[in-house]
Amino acid sequence: MDEMLKLKLKRISRKNEPYLFLVLLALCLLIEVRSGQFFAANNLVDIASALIVPGLFAIGAFMVIVSGGIDVSFPALASLSVYASTTYLLSIDYQGGVWLAFLLSILIGAVLGLFNGIFIGYFKLPTLIVTLGSTNVFRGIMQGALDSKQLATIPSGMREFGTSALFIARNPVSGLTSRMPVAFLVFAGVLILMFLMLRYTMFGRSIYSIGGSEVSAHRAGYNVVRTKIIIYILVGMIASAAGVIRVSMMQQLHPTNMLGMELKVIAGVVLGGTAITGGRGTLLGCMIGTLLIVIVENSMILLGIPTSWRSVFTGALIIIGTGVSARQVISMHKVKSRSIKQPIRRGA
Amino acid sequence: MMDKVKTNPLKNGIAAVRKDQHIFRLVLMLIAWMLFLAITRFGRFYSLLNFQTMAAQFPEFGIMALGVMVAMITGGIDLSMVGMANLTSILMAYLLLALTGDDGGLPAYAIPLVFVLGLGIGAGLGLFNGVLVTKFHIPPILATLGSGEFFIGICMAITGGAAVSRFSRTYARTINNRILGDMIPVQLLIFIIVAVVIWFFLTKTVFGTKLYMLGTSPKAARFSGLNTNKLLLKTYLTSGMCAGLAGLVMMANYNSARADYGGVYTLQSILIVILGGVNPLGGKGKISGVILAVVLLQMLQTGINRFPAISSYYIFLLWGGVLILVMVLNFFTERNDGLRFKKLVTTKF
Amino acid sequence: MADSLLKVVDVYKSFVGVKALQDVTFSIQPGEIHCLAGENGSGKSTLIKIISGVYTPDAGSIEINGRQYNKLTPIEAINNGIQVIYQDFSIFPNLTVMENLAVNSELSEHRKLVNWKRMRTIAEDAVSKIDFDVDLDELVGSLSVAQKQMVAISRALIFNTKLIIMDEPTTALTKREVSNLFKIILKLKERGISILFVSHKLNEMYEISENFTILRNGKVVATGSTKELDAEKFSFHMTGRKFTKRHYRVERLSSEPMFEAKQAGVQNGFEDVTFSLHKGEILGVTGLLDSGRTELALSLFGMRPIDSGQFYMYGKPVTLSSPKAAIHNKIGFVPEDRLSEGLFLPQSIADNVVISEIDRLTKKAGLVDKEKRAEEIEKWVRELAIATPDPNNLCQTLSGGNQQRVVLAKWLACNLEMLVLNGPTVGVDIGSKHDIHGILQDLAKSGLGVIIISDDLPEVLENCSRVLVMKAGRIVADLETDKTDESVILSYMM
Repeated sequence: MDEMLKLKLKRISRKNEPYLFLVLLALCLLIEVRSGQFFAANNLVDIASALIVPGLFAIGAFMVIVSGGIDVSFPALASLSVYASTTYLLSIDYQGGVWLAFLLSILIGAVLGLFNGIFIGYFKLPTLIVTLGSTNVFRGIMQGALDSKQLATIPSGMREFGTSALFIARNPVSGLTSRMPVAFLVFAGVLILMFLMLRYTMFGRSIYSIGGSEVSAHRAGYNVVRTKIIIYILVGMIASAAGVIRVSMMQQLHPTNMLGMELKVIAGVVLGGTAITGGRGTLLGCMIGTLLIVIVENSMILLGIPTSWRSVFTGALIIIGTGVSARQVISMHKVKSRSIKQPIRRGA
Repeated sequence: MMDKVKTNPLKNGIAAVRKDQHIFRLVLMLIAWMLFLAITRFGRFYSLLNFQTMAAQFPEFGIMALGVMVAMITGGIDLSMVGMANLTSILMAYLLLALTGDDGGLPAYAIPLVFVLGLGIGAGLGLFNGVLVTKFHIPPILATLGSGEFFIGICMAITGGAAVSRFSRTYARTINNRILGDMIPVQLLIFIIVAVVIWFFLTKTVFGTKLYMLGTSPKAARFSGLNTNKLLLKTYLTSGMCAGLAGLVMMANYNSARADYGGVYTLQSILIVILGGVNPLGGKGKISGVILAVVLLQMLQTGINRFPAISSYYIFLLWGGVLILVMVLNFFTERNDGLRFKKLVTTKF
Repeated sequence: MADSLLKVVDVYKSFVGVKALQDVTFSIQPGEIHCLAGENGSGKSTLIKIISGVYTPDAGSIEINGRQYNKLTPIEAINNGIQVIYQDFSIFPNLTVMENLAVNSELSEHRKLVNWKRMRTIAEDAVSKIDFDVDLDELVGSLSVAQKQMVAISRALIFNTKLIIMDEPTTALTKREVSNLFKIILKLKERGISILFVSHKLNEMYEISENFTILRNGKVVATGSTKELDAEKFSFHMTGRKFTKRHYRVERLSSEPMFEAKQAGVQNGFEDVTFSLHKGEILGVTGLLDSGRTELALSLFGMRPIDSGQFYMYGKPVTLSSPKAAIHNKIGFVPEDRLSEGLFLPQSIADNVVISEIDRLTKKAGLVDKEKRAEEIEKWVRELAIATPDPNNLCQTLSGGNQQRVVLAKWLACNLEMLVLNGPTVGVDIGSKHDIHGILQDLAKSGLGVIIISDDLPEVLENCSRVLVMKAGRIVADLETDKTDESVILSYMM
């Protein structure tokens, strides 16, 4: 075979995304065959709108995992910042647009992210421990200091934002309709910005570099401490935006409703081929992984499986997905050790 | 490389003190909190009943923490404790339901049978984790994340999310009982038994030594002829059995079993173990530290409840704050210790 | 000496009371290849860090191109054309060759945005300087060690580099890769770039450098032209001790072989390997890095079980399917990478010594027999003269030579018949190396079967009675060491 072609094939086969995409496609087709409803316009819109919040969380979690860390605090962080800003807006009887809710929440989120970032960046504490601790701190502030309660009404701006639609999809058979929330634009915007940042800015490359080798990154001249702090600030901001969207879409605020999402979000990111050890992974893969989990969670009814079976499938998906990629890593190592050997032997 | 590990007696000394310093610090915090309560809420905290209540409350998450500790000593982690606990308790709840007689009583063999089977189920589920880690080479954090979700899923699937209850009250009454002249809660007894067994295995047996070595360096363990796969299987089997037992205790405390009981315990048990001084990278950690951390948590929680004006949710704030504080203190005391410092920098957890 | 590129004058540096460098003075001319040698802990690394601006000297100064610096920063060092190539090459295994090459210059120009086209140009430029043929889109993690080193060298050349410091650059290279590296070093010299070559291998110093400086305990103990150096002087300067070579002589050879391999093979490793080992002899196995010697070593210990052929002990077939099986058959193994494979550094010396025999140190039900354990530890610490005040100290507190003794103790404690050593003295001080050789020779005399797998030919010739040469996975020669020499072995290896 042609050397170049071989090389290219080898490189593609090493990538995760094609396989993932095939799995995703197979899953979609399976559901379509079983129900005939999967590719119906309203179902696709439902899935897209269900993707928004986990998708935003996943973008943040992805960035952290690529940098070699892990963050379990983003749901608590988002809950706190959205609760604080919503109650404030209610207390001043704010009647304006949703932008102020976003602004306030993202500002608070940035401060809370800074809190994580200082301990992780400056004190160099293990990320799992810090975020585990801060999860409790954030939750304690929300439920203790702010004495959080379920809010049945939210500011009008958020309410309108939550119900406004880009377009409405209609299922010609069942007549069911689904709204495509405007919030999807926020998700798409953050996704594009993150993609550009990771690919075309030195800051983005520094995230990959730190994930690959912190020592090398430091020696190359990256400011590792600052980069880490900024990563966690960004995660705080993205998660808080997701929080505002979540509350707006639900039309009410359950303070603890988002807690516990962290493990599933991380699962989606890892399922998308992001190395848990850092440095490797693509945003595309991360999104496919998240989408897989969202689809499994949302398509139970279409498949005629009781929704209580949901976790069985998500769990199995995580186990199989990570198992396959673990296999892949091992076989890659085998190929690697051989490919090193070959050229040397040829010459010798 | 070599320059960093050369002999330095000074460093040895510091390391030796620090080893106990962590525990020393936990003891100090515990005493400070108890003193504070003695001054402010003496009568409402220092009663036999209160201590008995606390001793009945902490075993369910305490036992889970002990299981997580074993996994963490090998450099792994177990995020599936709650899933295993609930699956065990739900299956055993069905068994109890079947055994419950018309008079609402249980046959004499029922409770021992539940414990034997519960331990067996926990062991089986733990073994499943072990296989994922050893045969499929999935990192423990991901393997147990997935299996935890999977186990919860099975719980949901078989119960539809509802609680399994209405089995004989005899079960809950037996476990919620106090023995030795109405002094020691049975839950505490179970916790003590588990703690003693694990302490015994970790410190007195070959198995324990091997676990610490495996956690220090899996590669060197293999090159020393240790059967690392077998050790890891046993590790997750142990954490599974702990989870099973915790599930049985939870079932007694709630007098029912449900798929979503104890959801916060997943992260809480990790928190306890780390606070107890177990190195998340493996190879280091004492059971005494973990037990202290368990007791400290319970004291904080109960103590704060003695202040009706203060929301009990402050416990989260306190808990997270203590964890971060301890880590920061470690940072300052360990910063001269080049090797450990470097390890922290380059590590993920 | 006015035209020195770099001059280090009377530099002192100490850490928490430990004097790392005392009164160190030396200089490098433009285009000079200078070798810096010294045992572990002699202050080499500290000196490198001072030259590259990572550490500030407590006293003394550094002169670069005639300009004096009392406090040199890393940036100033780079701007003055000083580049360090660390042993780990400071690379990002998860990124492409192109990005690895371009990132430093992009950062030094304080760029905020990435221009992939410009990065490619920089990278192409960099590799062309040393005619390094590599796929720029390959991940660096999947390159060979030598290729990674080339990436690091190419990257260092992007800047207006005057001096490249190479920290033990030949450690993980095959012979051929080393000669390739030397060619490149000479090419750099032609362009007027100076090289500070850190090494403790005398033959390499001879081959490549003009001048040398040897550090011991933080002081310069010898400096001058490499031509005037010989092996005896070299080891004296390095260690402060005088050694006499002890060639191993077989005294009693068992008539029956204790271990045999017949047509043994492992896929992608070696094939048709047949040899026998008699009691009382030390068998050497040598070959290039890719000759299959490492795979053979691993197979003898059950880490990579053979898939064809058969091993025999005392004429009986044995299956070495796992390290446990090997230990059961009384075979021990000293691995190549002591730090990561041989030892549990953060654990006690005591636990490190007994870990492999621990299953025997029990009473009932896996309970550790404390007395037996303490006896064993006391015995082996004494027998191998491990220098420690307390065996409960952590293993990482020991020096490299003592650590290697701990690895030996671990295996001797298992009551072995046969010990396989893969590179037994890699990274070990000359003094300890000598001692370890002594221990091995004594063990062999007392009836232990010893196989030394090493590419250190002087070591093999001095300690082994017979040597097998491997090439491309096969044994190509079986030589008596007293009837052969390095050049003969080399001719079979290449």
